[in-house]
Amino acid sequence: MSEPTAPGRGGDELLARLLGPGTPELTCEECFEVLDAYVELAIAAEPADERVPGMRAHLEGCPACTEEYHSLRALLAPEEGGGPR
Amino acid sequence: MPMPSEISAQLPDEESALWLMRLGAAGAERQAALAELHGLLLRASRFELGRRRATLPHLRPGDLDDLAQQSADDALVAILAKLGDFRGESRFTTWAYKFALLEASVKVRRRAWQGREIPLEREAWATLAGAARTERGAEDGELFAAIREEIESSLGPRQREVLVAVALNDVPIDVLAERLQTNRGALYKNLHDARRKLRAALAARGFDLELDRKEER
Ligand SMILES: [Zn+2]
Repeated sequence: MSEPTAPGRGGDELLARLLGPGTPELTCEECFEVLDAYVELAIAAEPADERVPGMRAHLEGCPACTEEYHSLRALLAPEEGGGPR
Repeated sequence: MPMPSEISAQLPDEESALWLMRLGAAGAERQAALAELHGLLLRASRFELGRRRATLPHLRPGDLDDLAQQSADDALVAILAKLGDFRGESRFTTWAYKFALLEASVKVRRRAWQGREIPLEREAWATLAGAARTERGAEDGELFAAIREEIESSLGPRQREVLVAVALNDVPIDVLAERLQTNRGALYKNLHDARRKLRAALAARGFDLELDRKEER
């Protein structure tokens, strides 16, 4: 998984950052509130996105929350090797 | 408007309940629990700093540990203030870790930008022009040119400032929040509104934005 802040990104990534997910999304505060439960569901391969609507869209739109999501996931499941979202 | 989440409060698991009991106890038991919790928060803070080490090339090892200690201290304060909000939706330690990771990651971003000016709009336009040149032909060139025009004409001043800084100049939102003396949530709202306006303006000009994005599901 590449870091969202990596320089030299392509046009698609630039467009994504400019335009955002374009679907309903959580706020940063709501994202932080459910982050722990969402990460545990994701690690357990439960349908985290179904259970927490708007979370995936926020992570697509918000580089800072995405970093924190990856960090919590990597801390709890180092065996995934920073793997899939 | 908050979205309905299917994650609901439940009774905490045994280990989490024990944490709550010990933290709610008096005297030596509470002190021991606080010390143990601080140790976990310090571990999480160091983990985060280790991940972001490359963004802080000038920091000495001693400074790095100071940053970890501060992050753990601040996380502990935040956790004790919010203990009543823990609903058992995850393990207590998972819930606690997120506070340490947040504190550490915000401190790293701010430290990495210490003494650095927020880039000017000129640099953002250069990024857009570069993307227009290197992408897949004339259509993308038109799109990126239209994006610049709409950023300049359709957005409010704060929306424009936040979109340019975060989306084009890679300024972390916490750093921008600190400079503008506001918070991440308020700035993300500005960013969200800017993106919505920009999408609407581009759609009104006939650009099909969904075709330009890779579907990922
Ligand atoms: Zn966010």
